[in-house]
Amino acid sequence: MTMRIELGRRAALGLGASALAMPLVARAQAAPVKVGLVAVLTGPQASLGTHLRDGFMLGMRHLENRLGGRGAEVLVIDDELRPDAAVTKVRAAIERDRCDVIVGVVFSNILAAIMRPVTEAQTFLISTNAGPSPFAGRGCNPFFFATSYVNDQNHAVMGQAAQDAGYRRVMIMTPNYQAGRDAAAGFKSRYRGEVVDEIYTPLTQLDFSAELARIAAARPDALFTFMPGGLGVNLVRQYRQAGLGNIPFLSAFTVDEAVLPAQGDAAVGFFTGTTWTPTLPNEQNARFVRDFEGQFNYVPASYAAHAYDSAFLLDSAIRRTGGNMADKGALRAAIKAADFRSVRGNFAFGANHFPVQDFWLAKVAKRADGKFQTEHERKVFDNVTDPFAAECRMPAG
Amino acid sequence: MSTTLLLVQGLNGLQLGILLFLIAAGLTLVFGVMDFINLAHGVQYMVGAYFAAFFAAQTGSFWLALLLALPAALLFGLLLEFLVFRHLYDRDHMAQVLATFGVILVLNQGVKMVFGAAPLQVPLPDALTGGIRVMEGLLYPTYRLAIIAGGLATAGLLWWLVERTKVGMLVRAGATNAPMVAALGVDIRRLFMVVFGFGAMLAGFAGVLAAPILSVEPGMGDNLLILAFVVIVIGGIGSIRGAFLAALLVGLVETLGRSLMPDLMRLFLSPSEARQVGAALSSMLIYIAMAAILAFRPAGLFPVRAS
Repeated sequence: MTMRIELGRRAALGLGASALAMPLVARAQAAPVKVGLVAVLTGPQASLGTHLRDGFMLGMRHLENRLGGRGAEVLVIDDELRPDAAVTKVRAAIERDRCDVIVGVVFSNILAAIMRPVTEAQTFLISTNAGPSPFAGRGCNPFFFATSYVNDQNHAVMGQAAQDAGYRRVMIMTPNYQAGRDAAAGFKSRYRGEVVDEIYTPLTQLDFSAELARIAAARPDALFTFMPGGLGVNLVRQYRQAGLGNIPFLSAFTVDEAVLPAQGDAAVGFFTGTTWTPTLPNEQNARFVRDFEGQFNYVPASYAAHAYDSAFLLDSAIRRTGGNMADKGALRAAIKAADFRSVRGNFAFGANHFPVQDFWLAKVAKRADGKFQTEHERKVFDNVTDPFAAECRMPAG
Repeated sequence: MSTTLLLVQGLNGLQLGILLFLIAAGLTLVFGVMDFINLAHGVQYMVGAYFAAFFAAQTGSFWLALLLALPAALLFGLLLEFLVFRHLYDRDHMAQVLATFGVILVLNQGVKMVFGAAPLQVPLPDALTGGIRVMEGLLYPTYRLAIIAGGLATAGLLWWLVERTKVGMLVRAGATNAPMVAALGVDIRRLFMVVFGFGAMLAGFAGVLAAPILSVEPGMGDNLLILAFVVIVIGGIGSIRGAFLAALLVGLVETLGRSLMPDLMRLFLSPSEARQVGAALSSMLIYIAMAAILAFRPAGLFPVRAS
């Protein structure tokens, strides 16, 4: 194997890339399927990428490192949360390492950066987390699938939940950048009551004491917030310490298993809108959560669950094509069929290659073993298609 | 906005100022006395917080963690001085910036390898878990009051050390004219080491204090470092008194700006524009304040260096 790559490199140097393509096609069937797994594994947001990677790896383990009957290799790529680094590494994964498919990506800006290089190389890109709305609407792509959600959906879930709960005055607080403003818009798309005030904080802000005083002064029926990663850890603990715990805390991407170990008791009883929780009652999910905790010794978050699903999705698709990855049209149809058992129960792809699925209102709870997890409370959206699907005119591959 | 809310925000600003002072005090001494730009000062704050998290998990007590983290932060600072910084004192500022920036990258990655990437938490000490009801529906956590008290006490101690002791006299002399102090027979290298270790310990102390209210995570010191540089530039490089006043000023401007600016903008703009513009303006406010102060006093509020 190594020798062949060496030969291949020399051939590429001497004769150009076209000469290299020939022997590769010839041995395509025998060689293992190569998956490039992109996740942020360094920097402050690395814990999210770790969830994603571990989730996918557990999926591969459960599939005995085979995808659709063929052996499989996973190449883990750290995107460093730097779009330029991500593009360079992903290009190398496709052109040099000959990855058949690119999976993963936590953050939308990384996905936006690698979208063109991957899809223009006619390689399938499966996002297991990032779901910016343009790619679900006008920018939908025949080589792109998402197994997660459109970002706005989780916020809309909370908007609907606030509406259902009959909250009349809600305060909104998000970081002052595009995703933060989208979160506020997503919430308001479903919430019809009064928005008392909207607070936008700098992305680098660590201490929320000034904002908490403003919230206490306004005395809303509930707070809606979106504070990913360490921001959420700070906010949740300070919210509790300031005695605001009796104002319902509605959130998205703020209290989940990636940050709950650091939030601890402070987050118990806080709400989140989500596609998945460890408690969803189905066999696939029970096995996933049990083995994940057994192997990695922490509670998985949705980043891990979606990645785990993606491994099974790939397995089902490659099995459908009989191991053939060269016929892109057949492979696309096979992926779109989504013929696998999801940890979320219901799962299908819509016309824009985004999931049609249920969304839940979930609440943070402390388990008997002292660990924290989100637990589903009630279904807010049933088998729902995202609001951008209608704008998608999927081009033929 | 009611008077109570204004007072509460003032208290919040004070508390941020105190934390900033603890970081800036070491930074201003190191910069002032040794003419050494230490970008890695922020990671020493982070290291202090990680020590607190580690010892709190081991011993189960915040106070023991505080007691153990301080000497650990001191030793760590001295170790860094011995391994890296000592070799940079005679180099120009660019080399110092490059090398200390490298230290930031290494340590941020290092704590991630040792403690993992996920944020850690340090529980509040039992005696200080409650809060004082400062207004309807809002508790002011006792712990934050303790931070203010602890910070003020430290500031007093520092003042005493710098103004009333022999070492303090040497430090002041060193900040004014280091070559002259060396020429008078003082071992300036040892003085540097003492100042450096002490500065690292102060930053570590700030990290320990902040650990129960902020998440302990890689890179947590990077943003505060920028604010700390603003503080020492406003205060006058090398001046403890300047750092103290400037830290309180920056803390208050930052906090009050964040809470008042959106309301202020609402007087001229529509609500949604006011929110956006207010948020943008309030994050610029301290830099505007810095520019304004430097326009009138280019060497900061309390210049030390002999020109």
